[in-house]
Amino acid sequence: MMKILFLMEHDNKVLNSTNYHTLTAAQALGGEIEVVIIGFRCEAVVHAAQRLPGIKKIFVADAKEYAHQLAENSAELIARLAREYHFVLTSASTFGKNCLPRAAALLDKAPVTDVVNIISTDTFERYSYAGNALERLSTKETIKLLTIRTTAFAAALPVANQTVAVEKIDTIIPNTLSQFISQTLTPAVRPELTTARIIVAGGRGLKTAENFKLIEKLADRLGAAVGASRAAVDAGFASNDCQVGQTGKIVAPDLYIAIGISGAIQHLAGMKDSKVIVAINEDPDAPIFSVADYGLVADLFNVLMEIENSKDIACN
Amino acid sequence: MKILVTVKRVMDYAVPIRLKEDYSGVDTAHVKMSMNPFDEIAVEEAVRLKEHGIAQEVVAISIGMLECQDTLRTALAMGADRAILVESALEIQPLAAAKILKVLALRESPQLIILGKQAIDSDHNQTGQMLAGLLNWSQGTFVSKVLVEKEKVEVIREIDGGLETLALQLPAVITADLRLNKPRYLSLPHIMQAKQKPLQIIPAEEFQLDLQPRLQRIKVTTPQKKRAGIKVVNIKELWARLKNEARVL
Repeated sequence: MMKILFLMEHDNKVLNSTNYHTLTAAQALGGEIEVVIIGFRCEAVVHAAQRLPGIKKIFVADAKEYAHQLAENSAELIARLAREYHFVLTSASTFGKNCLPRAAALLDKAPVTDVVNIISTDTFERYSYAGNALERLSTKETIKLLTIRTTAFAAALPVANQTVAVEKIDTIIPNTLSQFISQTLTPAVRPELTTARIIVAGGRGLKTAENFKLIEKLADRLGAAVGASRAAVDAGFASNDCQVGQTGKIVAPDLYIAIGISGAIQHLAGMKDSKVIVAINEDPDAPIFSVADYGLVADLFNVLMEIENSKDIACN
Repeated sequence: MKILVTVKRVMDYAVPIRLKEDYSGVDTAHVKMSMNPFDEIAVEEAVRLKEHGIAQEVVAISIGMLECQDTLRTALAMGADRAILVESALEIQPLAAAKILKVLALRESPQLIILGKQAIDSDHNQTGQMLAGLLNWSQGTFVSKVLVEKEKVEVIREIDGGLETLALQLPAVITADLRLNKPRYLSLPHIMQAKQKPLQIIPAEEFQLDLQPRLQRIKVTTPQKKRAGIKVVNIKELWARLKNEARVL
């Protein structure tokens, strides 16, 4: 029987919704799934994890040394636990990207990062070249460490009646190498980018931070998340966590509305798997139109004004 | 302090990719090659630390074919003092790269190693984290600000929910994100000077490491293209189609 260790992403209070997607990938491997939660005072997370369908056991390393889930000691703990498993899985979030490769190196194993498709237990697909090449890789590593691109897998649904054994991990590894100072989190006034059903995204075409607020306004009207191109983030119109693209967030909502975004390949890499893509741009040759289901060539300020004044354009 | 900075030679970011006919990979023959943009940011940061008197020496490292010397010359023209090419005809995957860099780190004893957070060809985003793990050093990944103090370096990292500040004990490994800095343009005099700077070539075999690729590439294909979309004439039509045709509103 294959044994899978599934590393949870959380903030000590809430189980991140990405975990439900990664669980689907774990299920696709087939095998016994055990969960590990590394954190501090994370009872609520343990409680939520008990509702993950089909998991066999939950390991909890709860100590102040793990409060900020820093890579140095988290990766060492993961590496120690991993030796009993055939797979270690986690989401390809900044947390997973930070910790898992380090753990893999400690085990002398090559991980496969940002997996979008599980072909078999030793063959996986992932994108390279900013999403322009899909590569199928096989690996003979005895412990396969994978990070999962969560937008590529549907969310597993939580179950209500399930009892899962919880086992405490007493191993406490101090972190003498790095120290947490602070976090500045963007207040979550809107749906989260990676899980939103609708995203309204703005680019350089908005010209100013003031104008970018029109994007936020439209997003609020649609109950949507706000995205941004790299140009818009670099120009200070939007915060870094809004960036969609090869090196930002990868999203795949039901509806992606790109306004004033030209569509560099690096941006397309982050959003082209969206189900329906709308592009509004005044340049008819903008590459964003090549991936758009619906394109509107128009002055975007006129369009935004028109949207604002129109009554029938609202949703939810 | 001494800083090691790594540079990878990749297909230029603006070149559209072409797959090999046998689907074995991306055809990189006769296309423009450049320094990985994230590595440019890494070099820029190292050079700035030297210009601010915090670092005394910046050593640029690349791994690969002899052509990587061009990439190293670019790093030297940006302001690195000397360069090392670890020459290998093998495809060097992240774990192998981390093992080579570990050996060089132990030889050179830098206080800081700065890498790009990922290469824009393979998009793995692994090498820096693996190197830090192999060395048992602190790591600051996806960094948008670096502040060196006495025994430590304070970094701001770009994380999914916003920003995180960490204090890393030196020596440390840092991986550069886009907003760390804006790399300089090269001037002709600097390009000329770079030709005189030392560039050492070490055959990878000398390291006696297991560098064989652990991941076998079975095939590489182009992701399925979406069908061509339609143009709408105004916002009214757009909204009607989103509601009635696409049914997403």
